[in-house]
Amino acid sequence: MAAEQAKVDPMHQFTIEPILGSQNWEIAGYNIAFTNSALWMGLAAIALWLFVFGGMKRQLVPGRWQMAVESFTGFIDDMLEANIGKAGRKYVPYVFSLFMFILFANILGLLPVGLFGVHPFTFTSHFTVTGVLALLSFSIVLVVGFAKHGFRFFSLFIPHGTPVVMMPLIFFVELASFMVRPFSLALRLFVAMMAGHLLLEVLSSFVISGFNNGIGTSVIVVIPTFLLMIGICALELLVAGIQAYVFALLTSLYINDAENLH
Amino acid sequence: MDAEAAKLLGAGLAAIGAGLASLGVGNVFAKFLEGALRNPGAADAQQGRLFIGFAAAELLGLLSFVVAIILLFVA
Repeated sequence: MAAEQAKVDPMHQFTIEPILGSQNWEIAGYNIAFTNSALWMGLAAIALWLFVFGGMKRQLVPGRWQMAVESFTGFIDDMLEANIGKAGRKYVPYVFSLFMFILFANILGLLPVGLFGVHPFTFTSHFTVTGVLALLSFSIVLVVGFAKHGFRFFSLFIPHGTPVVMMPLIFFVELASFMVRPFSLALRLFVAMMAGHLLLEVLSSFVISGFNNGIGTSVIVVIPTFLLMIGICALELLVAGIQAYVFALLTSLYINDAENLH
Repeated sequence: MDAEAAKLLGAGLAAIGAGLASLGVGNVFAKFLEGALRNPGAADAQQGRLFIGFAAAELLGLLSFVVAIILLFVA
């Protein structure tokens, strides 16, 4: 069967493979081989460092590059000031790094470097990575909240004007909604990236197996699918930006809860 | 019905959730545009809230995707 041979496994792109180091590099039972995930994390960090470093010349009249970097920092600065207020300024370094790292990771994973035989790996499509990023944001919220307000931080779980009868119920509902925040934060990013890449891979398998099937299916299936793929690629670029923005926005909202209570 | 078929059916049914979430996301942006065209001056300040609504609506659709993936690959 020709169609069976050309079958593309859409989940294969998410496999983590060791690049450097073998299976038996272990610390306390955990494998620490240098994987493709780690490689692309490093690439994202280097690309981000180069991007920001290029804009750090601090010229009085900024060039294009400096303008690009400053518009990003200004964007994060505005977002934090709008959501948290004056106290939000001190979180700019964290939220800026978070936003840019996720943005660069998402966009690097979409680069068409597959043409040169290198397969891009979107590490934000793994729950472990996004989970750690979300836990980082969540622990900042906890640390700031308890350091600043002490046990008054628990008043976050009882909104103003709650009737006394409702208090126990409301407390647990609010507590539950507070505790699922890191999960929803991590889940959103990882599923959005994973779903987009799956969709692209499934569409490309249509193109490949349709092409192998002969000229008839090529015209009917391949051309519309390929056009759709181009559109979806553009949509994925948009999603890459929106998801990074949403992650940073929700982080700033959660920090606002810790900083100002209700 | 054997278990494998039930899993595949369940994964297919979970796709309904993705479709419903698309209604929700469309609703968020439609209402925002409706309001923004009536009062363009106030629109820019509300973009943060627009994306919070978008994120909330989208998350519920993504959850149905997670359900489908879990049924297909984990369960």
